[in-house]
Amino acid sequence: MQQSREHTLKAFDEDLDRLRALISQMGGLAEHSIGEAMRCLVQRDLEGAAKIIEDDKKLDVLEVETERRAVQLIALRAPMAEDLRDVVAALKISGVVERIGDYAKNIAKRVPLLEGAAKIEPLSLLPEMARIATGMVHDVLDAFVERNAEAAYRVCERDDAVDDFYDSIFRSLLTHMMENPQNIGHATHLLFVAKNLERVGDHATNIAEMVYYAATGQHMADRPGKSPK
Amino acid sequence: MAVPIRRRAADIIAFLFATAATAFGLLWLFWILWTTLREGAAALTPRLFTEMTPPPGSSGGLLNAFYGSAVMILLGLVVGTPIGVAAGTYLAEHGRHTRAAAVISFVNDILLSAPSIVIGLFVYELVVVSAGHFSGYAGAVALGIILLPIVVRTTEESLRLVPDQMREAGFALGLPRWRVTWQIIYKAGLSAILTGILLGVARIAGETAPLLFTALNNQFWSSSLNAPLANVPVVIFQYAMSPYDEWHTLAWAGAFVLTAFVLILNILVRLLARKGISK
Amino acid sequence: MNDSATAIRIETKETPDAAGAEATPGAIVMRDLSFHYGKTPALKHVNMSVPANAVTAIIGPSGCGKSTLLRTVNRIFELYPDQHATGEILIDDRNVLDHKYPLADLRRLVGMVFQKPTPFPSSIRSNVAFALSYYERLSKSELSDRVEDALRQAALWDEVKDKLNQSALSLSGGQQQRLCIARAIAVKPEILLLDEATSALDPISTARIEELIHELSSQFTIMIVTHNMQQAARVSRRTAFFHLGELIEFGKTSDIFTNPHEQRTRDYITGRYG
Repeated sequence: MQQSREHTLKAFDEDLDRLRALISQMGGLAEHSIGEAMRCLVQRDLEGAAKIIEDDKKLDVLEVETERRAVQLIALRAPMAEDLRDVVAALKISGVVERIGDYAKNIAKRVPLLEGAAKIEPLSLLPEMARIATGMVHDVLDAFVERNAEAAYRVCERDDAVDDFYDSIFRSLLTHMMENPQNIGHATHLLFVAKNLERVGDHATNIAEMVYYAATGQHMADRPGKSPK
Repeated sequence: MAVPIRRRAADIIAFLFATAATAFGLLWLFWILWTTLREGAAALTPRLFTEMTPPPGSSGGLLNAFYGSAVMILLGLVVGTPIGVAAGTYLAEHGRHTRAAAVISFVNDILLSAPSIVIGLFVYELVVVSAGHFSGYAGAVALGIILLPIVVRTTEESLRLVPDQMREAGFALGLPRWRVTWQIIYKAGLSAILTGILLGVARIAGETAPLLFTALNNQFWSSSLNAPLANVPVVIFQYAMSPYDEWHTLAWAGAFVLTAFVLILNILVRLLARKGISK
Repeated sequence: MNDSATAIRIETKETPDAAGAEATPGAIVMRDLSFHYGKTPALKHVNMSVPANAVTAIIGPSGCGKSTLLRTVNRIFELYPDQHATGEILIDDRNVLDHKYPLADLRRLVGMVFQKPTPFPSSIRSNVAFALSYYERLSKSELSDRVEDALRQAALWDEVKDKLNQSALSLSGGQQQRLCIARAIAVKPEILLLDEATSALDPISTARIEELIHELSSQFTIMIVTHNMQQAARVSRRTAFFHLGELIEFGKTSDIFTNPHEQRTRDYITGRYG
């Protein structure tokens, strides 16, 4: 459901575009952080990990800015209907993306703690899981900017894949821990990393629901047909 | 920001022209007042208002003339005002979009600009000839006919000034048309209507030509309207034309009183208008 | 919606619309209502049910027919010869557009307040009592009581109780408009029509009158015409959007302003028209 017409007040359109741009920017940062965190994990890049932790502050700043702009938009422009839903969605999405960024930070924090660990097999699965999760985030934020309800809905379908990955990694790590008790520490960290990635997938699904509502005014759960969750 | 010389010069010249024009206009007014005052000074005593018009050679006053004029103006008001207000109300309220109203309005305009001597002649034919003699009644009728179109026009305009929303508010309450007109519209337009009537009085107070044909004049005191009735304009006319000095002086005095009367009426109108606005 | 196991009752204090809107006294049902200024159509086949004891807002761009709609309800347009309406307007199951329906009855049933406050040129008391003394035979004390009631309802009593005999024109704009409201409700109509009633007032007066409208809505069927969407959003329970004489969308105000169905409604509400 695209809007093809512009507001009579051009400044209103500019404000909405800026808000969307902020969300896109936050999304890009979060995706990058997750990807980078996985790379640092696999390559044991301590400096890279430290940088990720440091960069998380940027996301916090952007979240605050998004909130400020959204509140201003509501006060000054009195948005109605789809515009109002967009602004409220932007407000909520910014919080969720900031949390996704926090997961990247969390993963990065574990990199030095895995120093000297032997290569544990599920390690190679994690980057693939991360790719799917960050792909979901990327696509769902695109759907937000384009106000594409269908695209948002389709993102939700991929969450099953992420969940499957998590189940598989969980079982695998459990086996490792039972076989080699001295791996328990490291395996647990990897478990948390997998959990974080699974949560990223869930958050992307939440964002998808927000995008769907903003675009259509209806809730995804009420959508006729098979519901994703 | 300095205003360029050319603009300032133009401003000053325009100002001088405007002032000169105003002075020119006022000049005549004051000159008239001053002249009538000066020439009639000798007669401007209380006797002016207590004694009758005298025979040539003796002194007197203008009492009968003032009386006659007052009576005829009042009667003229009685004749012209009710019909005038009613017609004006019809034009403004009831007949707004009708053909009849357009015709009446047009005829009214013609009557408004008819020469007063023609009206006098008409009343002469109608009243004087059929009665066989001049009379105060005829004079009053003539003055009434002159007053009528003035009252119609000013009543119509005063009522049109009342905003339509006030009418609609009255109707929306469910009030019938006559109540809306009487209780709301008239109240709102009252001071404007009164102003119009006063201006009409100022006009007919000085009409001379029609009275020549109708009331003529009467040297003596007469309270009967069925006979020639003394009045100020005709007295001024006759006395000014006469060879007698005392009569000249009386004419000037009469002229002064008449002018002052009209002037006071106009000032009264102004005050009424201001009170109407500030309410 | 969801299956009953997950359904949960949401506690709200919202009063639902009166069931069977047409049956309640004071409800207005418009059927195939059309209006012409001479040959020019201003309203086209409007079908609408205005619920009783609630505020319904009529919104739309200039010239969409909203004021015209209001003026058909009390037939005030009949003052002007080239304006005519066709169709039906049913109030309490009777068609008020029918010429057999007595105009005085209709105007007693329906009160109207205009954009520009128009107090009559007389005292405050006299303004409020104007129509009262025409419609009803009341003793002096009864009249006084009714005047006081109306002024209290219009939230004006405290400000004017000591100067009832003063000219109504001495009041401020906001007070004059509340006086006009008191004047309209003095005869206890069922329906109140407000045609841009706060457009000429400052924000504080506007807010007071909006609060007044809200208080009155429990007793009267109120229709407001406004070009201020925020006012419609603040004050009304249902909103009707008109465009070029047609009723485009009519529904709960909360729905119209958060998720309207029609594209034209969306364009107007979000500021994308033209």
